[in-house]
Amino acid sequence: MSEIEFLKNLHNAGRINRREFLGRAAAAGAGAAVLNTLVLGADAYAAETPRKGGLLRLGVGGGSTTDSLDPASWNDTVPTASGNAFYDPLIDVSPENKPLPGLAVSWEAKPGATEWVFNLRRGVTFHNGKTFSADDAIYSINMHRGKTKSGAAGSFSAITDVKKLSDTQIIITLKSADAEFPMVLTDYHCRMVPAGTTDFSKAIGTGCFTLESFDPGVRIKGRHFVNSWRTDRGFVDAFDMTVINDSSARMNALISGQVDIVNRVDPKIANLIKAKKNLELVQGRGGWHAVVSLMQDKGSMFENKDLRLAMKYGIDRTQVVKTLFGGFGTVGNDTPIPRSDPYYNPNIAQASFDADKAKFHLKKSGFAGGLTMQASEAAFNGAVDMATLMQASLTKVGLKIDVKKEPADGFWSNVWLKGACVTSYWAGRSTATQMLDVGYGPTAPWNESHYRNPKFGQLLDSARAELDEPKRKAILFEAQALMSDDVASLVPAFRDTVDAHNDKVGGHTPHALSDLDSSNITSKAWLKA
Amino acid sequence: MIRLVALRLVFGLVTMWAASVLIFGGTELLPGDLATAILQNSATPENLAELRAHLGLDRPPLVRYGEWLTRAAHGDLGTSLSNDRDVVEEIAPRLRNTVFLAGFAALIAVPLAIGLGLLAAIWQASVFDRVINFVTLLTISVPEYLVGYLLVKYFAVRWDLFPALANVSPETDLGGRIYLTALPVVTLVLVVVAHMMRMTRASVLSIMASPYIEMAFLKGLSKPRVVVRHAFPNALAPIISVVALNLAYLVVGVVVVEQVFVYPGLGQLMVDAVSKHDLPVVQACGLIFAGAFIMLNMIADIMAILSNPRLRRPR
Repeated sequence: MSEIEFLKNLHNAGRINRREFLGRAAAAGAGAAVLNTLVLGADAYAAETPRKGGLLRLGVGGGSTTDSLDPASWNDTVPTASGNAFYDPLIDVSPENKPLPGLAVSWEAKPGATEWVFNLRRGVTFHNGKTFSADDAIYSINMHRGKTKSGAAGSFSAITDVKKLSDTQIIITLKSADAEFPMVLTDYHCRMVPAGTTDFSKAIGTGCFTLESFDPGVRIKGRHFVNSWRTDRGFVDAFDMTVINDSSARMNALISGQVDIVNRVDPKIANLIKAKKNLELVQGRGGWHAVVSLMQDKGSMFENKDLRLAMKYGIDRTQVVKTLFGGFGTVGNDTPIPRSDPYYNPNIAQASFDADKAKFHLKKSGFAGGLTMQASEAAFNGAVDMATLMQASLTKVGLKIDVKKEPADGFWSNVWLKGACVTSYWAGRSTATQMLDVGYGPTAPWNESHYRNPKFGQLLDSARAELDEPKRKAILFEAQALMSDDVASLVPAFRDTVDAHNDKVGGHTPHALSDLDSSNITSKAWLKA
Repeated sequence: MIRLVALRLVFGLVTMWAASVLIFGGTELLPGDLATAILQNSATPENLAELRAHLGLDRPPLVRYGEWLTRAAHGDLGTSLSNDRDVVEEIAPRLRNTVFLAGFAALIAVPLAIGLGLLAAIWQASVFDRVINFVTLLTISVPEYLVGYLLVKYFAVRWDLFPALANVSPETDLGGRIYLTALPVVTLVLVVVAHMMRMTRASVLSIMASPYIEMAFLKGLSKPRVVVRHAFPNALAPIISVVALNLAYLVVGVVVVEQVFVYPGLGQLMVDAVSKHDLPVVQACGLIFAGAFIMLNMIADIMAILSNPRLRRPR
């Protein structure tokens, strides 16, 4: 997608205003005449009002027969995109990664940011008629604490206590200060269920839809909930989500008109989809990024910073974006923070392939041998190709690399976190602090490169405790500059999410977090007459 | 004759038992056990040991095999590890879908293949014979997913006659099912017809060289009558076994077609279960597939015996 179309999408989504849109589109090279038509088109789109009714049909990749309706078990797009139709979060995420009121209408930190008070929404009913109250919120949060199989257990371990102040007010106590704690509660596992729920097969939540049928890994259907508290969402009468993991089958279903919306458009055919008059791509610039870990323990070869720098300048990032992601992505700069994040540091010089610099650092490092990069398709589709591309460009600067293809089965338990130089990925986290901490914090268990810079750890701690936003921003800028300079890991590229829909669909906008409008598509999309 | 059929049944049961040993042994050989598969990266030595005891994995394999077999024989295939659903409940709708697809395809493919084979034998070396041989060879040589994609491209995307997705659900009525599964069925028919048709033709033609056929011709009978009434009954045995093999393939070998058309069959379920290490489901699917294969072959054997008077009344 061209820069101008990307801006058009932002404008449509209301993320930039008309003035900003015009300015940036002009900067991207649009002539005055083009701009006029662009604005007309974009405005017509943005001005459309949602229409009620109809059956929304989705073809979604990322589901399995092992999926369940228990929010704690969610791990892929199908469970979250269907689950968000039935359940609501306490706190929602805006397309720009900011907290939005969900079932909590407002919140406030006590001085010191270790205690947070949340005011809950009144007059919300569950699908079974029960009224939502503080007890339900506490039960739903505790589902992810202590002995639990929840995927949110890691970030929720920061919570030491959840207490009821009144029926519509709770207080949460944290181990240590966290100025961005509300964002922790936006975790996609944390959804509000009635207190005491152990059987999730009925999907009793407060969401815009009630469960009609659930056939895991095959099909999920929902019907509009008449007593939904939301007036700004939930437009269609019903949705019918078919799980289509095969990419070609998903595209065929969209082109032949059997579904209205699909996710995960293969970059290789995205341009063919775009060429169809009745289909439209929705491109989200998010936090998903490819990683090559460089294990830098004492005594290992990557302890040598010059070797890491040789790799930093010896890989061709543009080629990765172009070849692997078909241009649907942006180059990375060895930090996990994407451009779409409000805390992204734009002042760090962008690393790019530079044979002289790479050769200089390789010589300085005194490293003469070869090294092995362990790559697996389990990390992401194309990880082995990425390793091969890097091998080619590193050979040019005189660094010999073997690419070892690892089997997908057992990759996460046998190779990841164990090998010295391993391909991997991170899906975006809702806040910059969380992302930096989970992947690079000095004590983080998933710190793939064993990056243990105490200064970096201190910066993270102070950022977490800092309630003043400009100050926090400055600290996070410094942390990003530090890790990029240190080459904590190689982050060659960020990949965009690409959805597509036909011309019947309105309200399908990109989200910085994940595809299908961060899995909120069923309640935010509508069908045109 | 009853003795012969009974013997076949016993053989079938013995093969089934051998298959159950292989399936259990195979899943036993997989790296890691159920407990590590469930706990994955949250495993500690303590919770691993506790879960192993809970699942009964701390006892010797032979004991567990015995228990699994007795329970399976009573129709209890255990519970799925990943979503705690009863395996039988999880498999039943998928099995129904698979059987429907296979049955629908067989209903078209078997008469079509045998009819074409007989016609090819009657008009041996004619243009029809050559064309039908060439075309069926072509459809069997092209990988089935390509056949599927080509059908989707023309019949679903270009002409919009049939749906690209065969996403049937339990509520779908028979008419809806036939409409939704049209393209996958045609794909399967194209893949299996060649084998059965060529076997019919070859085995009929080999009988045509016998003296008694010559006698029939000398009596002045027409070729179609000789082929259908005199040669075909004696050529049945090999045709029946090829038909059985193809029917078995329609049940167990359609994973690729299921994938292309997003059809919720048993193959999809098994692939999903393998990737998630959901061993009870894998074992159950394996058992069903082995059972289908053995049963169809056994029926073929018995029918071959029935179709041949010499085998029916052994001296």
